[in-house]
Amino acid sequence: MTDLTRHTAAELAAQLADGSTTSVAVTQAHLDRIAAVDGTIHAFLHVNPELSLAAAAASDARRAAGKPLSDLDGVPLAIKDVLVTTDMPSTSGSKILEGWMSPYDATVVTRAREAGLVPLGKTNMDEFAMGSSTEHSAYGPTRNPWDIDRIPGGSGGGSAAAVAAFEAPFALGSDTGGSIRQPAHITGTVGMKPTYGSVSRYGAIALASSLDQVGPCSRTVLDAALLHDVIGGYDRHDSTSLKDAWPSFAEAARAGAQPGSLKGLKVGVVGQYSGEAFQAGVMTRFRESLEMLAAAGAEIVDVSLPSVEYAVAAYYLILPAEASSNLAKFDSVRFGMRATLTGGGTVEQVMSATREAGFGPEVKRRIILGTYALSAGYYDAYYGSAQKVRTLIQRDFDHAFASVDVLATPTAPTTAWKLGEKLDDPLAMYAQDIATIPANLAGIPGISIPSGIAPEDGLPVGIQFLAPARHDAKLYSVAAGLEALLHAQWGGPLNSQAPDFDTSSRTQSTRGGA
Amino acid sequence: MSDISEDSVRHLAGLARIDLTNDEVTHLTAELSKIVDVVATVSAAATDDVPATSHPIPLTNVYRDDVVTDDVLTTEKALSGAPEHDGSRFKVSAILGEEQ
Repeated sequence: MTDLTRHTAAELAAQLADGSTTSVAVTQAHLDRIAAVDGTIHAFLHVNPELSLAAAAASDARRAAGKPLSDLDGVPLAIKDVLVTTDMPSTSGSKILEGWMSPYDATVVTRAREAGLVPLGKTNMDEFAMGSSTEHSAYGPTRNPWDIDRIPGGSGGGSAAAVAAFEAPFALGSDTGGSIRQPAHITGTVGMKPTYGSVSRYGAIALASSLDQVGPCSRTVLDAALLHDVIGGYDRHDSTSLKDAWPSFAEAARAGAQPGSLKGLKVGVVGQYSGEAFQAGVMTRFRESLEMLAAAGAEIVDVSLPSVEYAVAAYYLILPAEASSNLAKFDSVRFGMRATLTGGGTVEQVMSATREAGFGPEVKRRIILGTYALSAGYYDAYYGSAQKVRTLIQRDFDHAFASVDVLATPTAPTTAWKLGEKLDDPLAMYAQDIATIPANLAGIPGISIPSGIAPEDGLPVGIQFLAPARHDAKLYSVAAGLEALLHAQWGGPLNSQAPDFDTSSRTQSTRGGA
Repeated sequence: MSDISEDSVRHLAGLARIDLTNDEVTHLTAELSKIVDVVATVSAAATDDVPATSHPIPLTNVYRDDVVTDDVLTTEKALSGAPEHDGSRFKVSAILGEEQ
């Protein structure tokens, strides 16, 4: 019997359609995989096999009756814990929401259920999505399946690691400054941040509302596109939801994978994303991918985004400012934790004690920073200036996209680092987002796909493509085009090359470090 | 150089309703000073002639008719995650302290 966890979501959907497998069998295979490896990887904060198998059995009944809800009916899905669910706890990686059950489902979860997808569980993340390593989860870090002594990226390290370790064929993530794309780069998987407003944020526990966007994580471009087709589109519950009619992203990916699709494509290479901050192996694989694109008929053009030099600084003003406001709702009254004070205390004292006990160090750091950036006397110099930088970055992108179809960058400067290495240096952690943040500031879509393995440390590397707002389909077609060339070279997805990790121990790696 | 002091961190923590320990105040003062020095570089790029952008995709206000829809939370559901409630309302601790 073949291992069902090694198949893509598209392959599983085909097998479910032709009757060669069942959703119960597929779901059980993934639950078995989770039981075998998640003690080591810790991608999941919550799994409920009974619930998943019941959803799978219902899917099989629909298939048997000839009434599947969609092509993906019965395919399992992992869900980032930032997305609220009525039947599983939603914590956003924070102690302050430990065990909290949402009274409603996030719109993307509703749409996944309506398409017959089978929820496998909730995935680990940096607390309230603040971080680039998943080490800021209140429930302990997730480990990178490529080397369990290393971080899986963040904030969506749980979703990326679950997909990379074959615990799920695909997963939902959220991306505020790179939380889908950077973990994809770090774990050798695919991650897409859609155009701002193209996927509903309703029921995504807000971090920074003008930057947050929900999107898919997977091992192939087609699987990401299939999931995007399920979750995307207008939602009246999200006041920033776009009313555009979106094309089928799966069709865009399938068309992009055909030979000749890259002919005549104009790819802009951003001059600002090179130099000593970028690891040698990251640049080697990046340049190889560009050569492949050129050999397939694409035109590679140098472009400049002069204002991205200020992007990280602007982001770490706008994000904390918005987060300090969004997280004010954790007031110990309406949901979540409430600290007990001797003698009772006033509501203000109880709230302050609750937030002291319930928030981790990174969350406190960013709330205080945001409160500072918004305070009287500093607002214009900090928050106001950061919003101007946002305008400048949008202008840079407009200027670049006037002459090219897509932009290409390395997704992040380095491969996976060791757990703990950057925990005491917030600025070093923030610098990891240098290539992903501008897309969030400008609202444009971005996708990261694996471009190979860095020769110096054997760890995966990603390439990021960016397109103008609303041109998400273009990204799927370009990414699928390059992926087809890379898979032909590798003999399949990059994760088939990942070394087996030792599940017997949490402290020993199966491979040496760099 | 930023003007972050332990006193200003305590003041900000008060505004943000977080009881920081003395240790946390010391750590945060040092960390925030470094972070603010870096983020303050935005002012170099932000000249007077550049308009601010608050939202990535321009949208006008979204209105709907002022009628109750069928998908609002029931009282029971709205209270379901509260630390304390009386069946119809959230329960909070005393609003005023004894000295007030």
